[in-house]
Amino acid sequence: MLDILDKYDVLGAFWMTIKLTVFSAIGALVIGTILAVMRVAPVAILRRLGAFYVNTVRNTPLTLILVFCSLGLLYILQINLTDPNSSTSIVDNNIRWAIVGLAAYHAAFVCEALRSGVNTVPLGQAEAARSIGLTFSQSLREVILPQAFRGSIAPLGSVLIALTKNTTVASIIGVAEASGLMKEIIENETASFGVFFIFALGFVILTLPVGILFTSLSRRLAVKR
Amino acid sequence: MKSRGLGAVAAAAALALTLAACGSSSSGDSAGSGGGTKLKIGIKFDQPGMGLKKGSEYTGMDVDVAKYIAKQLGASEGDITWVQAPSAQRETLIQTGQVDMVVATYSITDARKEKVSFAGPYFVAGQDLLIRADDTSITGPDSLDGKKLCSVKGSTSAQKVKDKYPGVQLQEFGTYSECLPALATGGVDALTTDDTILAGYAAQPEFKGKFKVVGQPFSQENYGVGIKKGDTAQCTKITDAIKKMISDGSWQKAIDNNLGPAGYKPGQGNPPTPAACS
Amino acid sequence: MSAQNVLFDAPGPKARRRHAVFTVIGFALAAVTLGLVVWKLQAQGQLDPSMWTVLFTADVWTQYLIPGLINTIKAAALSIVFALAFGLLFGMGRLSHNGPIRWVSGIVVEFFRSVPVLLMMYFFFQVFAFNNYFGADYNSLAAVVLALTLYNGSVIAELVRSGVHGLPSGQSEAGLSIGLTPGQTLRSIQLPQALTAMLPALVGQLVVILKDSALGTAITYPELLQAAKDVGTAYGNVIPAYVLAALIFILINYGLTNVAGRVERRLSRRGRGPRKGAAAAVVGTTVDGSLGGPLEDAAVGEAPGPPR
Repeated sequence: MLDILDKYDVLGAFWMTIKLTVFSAIGALVIGTILAVMRVAPVAILRRLGAFYVNTVRNTPLTLILVFCSLGLLYILQINLTDPNSSTSIVDNNIRWAIVGLAAYHAAFVCEALRSGVNTVPLGQAEAARSIGLTFSQSLREVILPQAFRGSIAPLGSVLIALTKNTTVASIIGVAEASGLMKEIIENETASFGVFFIFALGFVILTLPVGILFTSLSRRLAVKR
Repeated sequence: MKSRGLGAVAAAAALALTLAACGSSSSGDSAGSGGGTKLKIGIKFDQPGMGLKKGSEYTGMDVDVAKYIAKQLGASEGDITWVQAPSAQRETLIQTGQVDMVVATYSITDARKEKVSFAGPYFVAGQDLLIRADDTSITGPDSLDGKKLCSVKGSTSAQKVKDKYPGVQLQEFGTYSECLPALATGGVDALTTDDTILAGYAAQPEFKGKFKVVGQPFSQENYGVGIKKGDTAQCTKITDAIKKMISDGSWQKAIDNNLGPAGYKPGQGNPPTPAACS
Repeated sequence: MSAQNVLFDAPGPKARRRHAVFTVIGFALAAVTLGLVVWKLQAQGQLDPSMWTVLFTADVWTQYLIPGLINTIKAAALSIVFALAFGLLFGMGRLSHNGPIRWVSGIVVEFFRSVPVLLMMYFFFQVFAFNNYFGADYNSLAAVVLALTLYNGSVIAELVRSGVHGLPSGQSEAGLSIGLTPGQTLRSIQLPQALTAMLPALVGQLVVILKDSALGTAITYPELLQAAKDVGTAYGNVIPAYVLAALIFILINYGLTNVAGRVERRLSRRGRGPRKGAAAAVVGTTVDGSLGGPLEDAAVGEAPGPPR
């Protein structure tokens, strides 16, 4: 079995999984924070837009979102994220669009995680912020969000773990990450349990430390009340 | 407390199972009456021009060939049950007897002959390229350097081109029909697989006049009828049927009907002479 | 802090004017983006009316979408039932007083929670199709259901465990003090309460399963997305067909999410819903395993958030 794996770039595939995870996680955190702010903003249309985004994206299968990104945005609307004339434009475009798609999808969950964090902030904090004359954005920046982030570490960790696993869906638009490589191996060679176990183990190794880290962080950083 | 809590869960489970069971009935055996032999024939459901299920109708070259063979075997159209035969499952379907024959752009290869027997070939196809109708820059595989190619994940035809012409970029989708809009907008420059399938797409009314097949096949695929391994009697009957179909003009008519709208002309080696059964 | 308007003062005349300006700008931006997209789609011929109107013919629904939807529901229903059984079994295993059982259950649950569903589907399908365990018609269904069962069952096992842990300790103490064994206490006192509290999260898990069943298209399971793909092939309109499939998924899942919220509100009115502590535990772990369940408005509004 090891000689089979030797023929394939298993580590390279997992490296792609890690890259997809890291970049989409950053994107999802940024978009998700903006969405969360929108959902508590004083302007009604922003609140509605935020809610609409979350409800739509959260209920669409990720497969479809990524196909829309690749087929719809890249090929039909022809929005290139790299030089379309370069000799690796298809591969690069697909990786970048996969990152955008994964970020857009998980942003909806980041938003909900942050809202659950906002819910851990006592009412008095917001009232105190207002009573000393802070504006909406000031009280959000200085008082609410710092506490909300600390209160939402645990659910944010769960989103990160889910994101790591969901990068496998990028194989559907042809990104060469771990699950796609495993599919190739078991189709060309043999569907042995060993091959599956090695890839599964790879994901356990990627996700387990994240889980442990975020659990301990959430204990350490939680606001004592 | 116990009965109430767990009972509710059990009830929900039973309900869900009933729901699930509802969906599984009445599939498959909708074959009409007719007194002749019943036949289960495996075809593609998703290849325009070759084997396509559109609504409740089955159309395509493979379908016409299968119908002709069935008639020669003494089965009327009502006796045929069409079974979907995806590429990866064709051998299994035959070996386990879930179909009597497979007529599904099924190339005769030595590897497959170890598992099933073939009658035919009834058609000689070749790997080719589908391009935009107004594209003059691609005239064959040699002019593909620096071009973008679209194909289906795990298909061997795309990998062949990529191995031979490393300057080609490859976009992989789940189905050829996803490639078509990308080809139309210029996101990719060509689509590659058997010329018959390409002609089938180009002949679809929705894409009329938009695409053309280059017409420089660079491989040879002999389509055969897959049957249970070693069934020489059946093989002989099918071979005779194919010969008759070619000689009485039905073969040409089937091509004209299904692939003609794309301006497709069968390549070299057509019509083929079916091999003797062994 | 569930009332969001404590974050800002009631807007005065100046603020209201500013908000109106924001609203107009926002609308304008959205309109421009939408216009660009429509213009581009039009230019590419994707808005050709015939591509869209064909979606509303009877054949598209009776031959493709409805059978696809039935297959999606079939896979989801089987998965949630098996996942519930799996989850109860291993959830109780993790609560067992027998060390080895607890350990094995823990490893199984943690393993299947970490492995991507798609990875499992690819593998199971290859094994089933190669050996033809279930016949050509059912190999893909079996792979979809098995993968969804293992993952969601592990999530449910965690729900069961945290649900029981979230109960007031008086419950098990009362059970033990009237002479029940620990196993009896678990089965007849703790589990029924934990399961009721879990109900909204379970419905949420159904949303996850429904969405994940769309992954079955990668292994040719004829579910809704695959049906949309076939429509696209037969009628030469993949994009419209996918848009329609997305709308159907959104409607069903949005409906289910609302059901979950209603179940939760109803439970808490009856006083059997998640108490403060239990809710925290349940919310914390569902979020942990899944995306979609417990975060609907009602749950977030009432639960105090993740445990600390």
